[in-house]
Amino acid sequence: MAVKKRKISLFDILNVTGFTLFSLIVLYPFWQTVVLSFSDAEAASSLGVNLWPDRWIPDAYAFVFSYQNIMIAYLNTIIRTVVGTVLIVSFTVLAAYPLSKKDLPYRNFFTIFFLIAMFFSGGMIPDYLLIKNLGLIDSRFALILPSAVNVFFIIIMRNYFMTIDKGLEESAIVDGANYFQILIKIIIPISKPVIATVALWAAVYHWNEWFHALIYIQDDALDVLQTVVRDMLVAMDLTQAGSQMGGGGMSNADLMLSNVRAATVIISIGPIVLIYPFVQKYFVKGIMIGSLKG
Amino acid sequence: MQTAIERAVEAKPKRKENINWVRMKKMKMLYFMMAIPMVMLFIFHYIPMYGVLIAFKNFSPGLGIWDSPWNNFEHFKRLFSDFLFIRALQNTIVISLLKLLIVFPAPIIFAILLNEIKSEKFKKVSQSISYLPHFMSWVILSAMVIEVFSPQRGIINYIITFFGGDAINFMSDKASFIPILILTDMWKELGWGAIIYLATITSIDPQLYEAAEIDGAGRFRKMIHVTLPSIMPMVIIMFILRLGAVLNAGFDQILNLYNPLVYEVADIIDTYVYRSGLEQFQFDYATAVGLFKNVVGIALILTANAIIRRKSEHGIW
Repeated sequence: MAVKKRKISLFDILNVTGFTLFSLIVLYPFWQTVVLSFSDAEAASSLGVNLWPDRWIPDAYAFVFSYQNIMIAYLNTIIRTVVGTVLIVSFTVLAAYPLSKKDLPYRNFFTIFFLIAMFFSGGMIPDYLLIKNLGLIDSRFALILPSAVNVFFIIIMRNYFMTIDKGLEESAIVDGANYFQILIKIIIPISKPVIATVALWAAVYHWNEWFHALIYIQDDALDVLQTVVRDMLVAMDLTQAGSQMGGGGMSNADLMLSNVRAATVIISIGPIVLIYPFVQKYFVKGIMIGSLKG
Repeated sequence: MQTAIERAVEAKPKRKENINWVRMKKMKMLYFMMAIPMVMLFIFHYIPMYGVLIAFKNFSPGLGIWDSPWNNFEHFKRLFSDFLFIRALQNTIVISLLKLLIVFPAPIIFAILLNEIKSEKFKKVSQSISYLPHFMSWVILSAMVIEVFSPQRGIINYIITFFGGDAINFMSDKASFIPILILTDMWKELGWGAIIYLATITSIDPQLYEAAEIDGAGRFRKMIHVTLPSIMPMVIIMFILRLGAVLNAGFDQILNLYNPLVYEVADIIDTYVYRSGLEQFQFDYATAVGLFKNVVGIALILTANAIIRRKSEHGIW
């Protein structure tokens, strides 16, 4: 039967219009941030600069890129993302592979050992006290180690490993390979999609993580981008509260801050936005793998 | 009286143990592999569980967790006479239920409507844009939100003043704070939440639509009588999961958006734990508040999972 060609109805028009509007609304705050970051401080303080700046002025970026604290924070974010991601992926593979072996004695016990950590946690304060007692306050390890074992990722990867054809491994065992060699030479190469997904999730987690940095890091030299942006927001809160109480206009510091803060936000999300079109399918794939039952 | 079968059952574990032992030796490398992640998990997840003990003690950092004196549930007695805690509990439930009511159905509607778009390309682009904010942290997003609602620079106040109104300081306005939470939560998670429903929709058998067409169903009837019932099992699972997490009202979001002027409506249990514990250093009391939330939360999640398991014969884990 020939495909019936439906004519475009009013509903179609409304629907397309609706989704276009929705997309514009979703993107608007991002765009406003871009515009703000390219405005000079004075224009940035007034209403109505939202859609297009009077002039594109890179001053805020010039300031941000010459401001040492922000650049150090950028470097720190990159370091924690790279090291943290490598660690998460390694630990995920190391735990997921044994757990995927149905004939591993006491497998259930080990699975439960991992699962319990998914449901129960000490909570904010006991976590903090542990890091403090370990002497990890103001240490990069405090940003990397507590999140190095991610049970959710382990389960996703274990489920994937369990779908791998057993025949491949058995012939390798006959050839005298040990489990580690099998993992490196057989399992990892054919599991690239799921490893890529976990790596991307881990990288986004570390890039965006701010709470551990907020509570475990006081030293500016170890600060990450997220906490720098947060500090700017808190500073703005204070200046605004101050100007409200005084009843006067905004302070110069605030004028300075709004476009500089916008520029900092833009450089913080830059890497994610740039790789986003190319990798988003992996994220979506990941959520689908994750929702398969093990 | 022992039957042969019972004896066989009793004997079996012993034989199994022997086999296990042989197999464990053969697979010992696998245990070594797991060892490092397990040690890490033990240190960073299990030891803090022991640290929860301070919820039952008058904790002094000098004495340490074990030597601090027990205090006969003082912190828990204090909980329910603590006005700030009761307020935080109320706010948590109110914010969470409002999100459940308004934010939860949005991705379902989004998915059903997006499915009606004919152009694959338009569909794809809309979807990609919709979950972009999901990949940003609340620190970044709140920096944007504050600008959008800003009295000096925000577009919303621009429109208000354009029509002759007075600019409103939304972020410190008690009446508008919760709507902002809901709106921005939707902004961040709507598209992402729709993925699972869109995937379910694509797996619907096209014959169902054809049959409905033969019966004379138009587009809307197909949406309501074919698409919606087909994704209903997934909707129910997501709903129960969400109910299980009802005490999580959005810590990251609120901690980055709120300020003292709106504590009255915005302070939730998690933010209260954060402030009383890490800003006022009442470690023991804050731990008790957190423990209360965790215990109730786990009970809710386990109940939710048990319900799903019974309903759909496969749980989440």
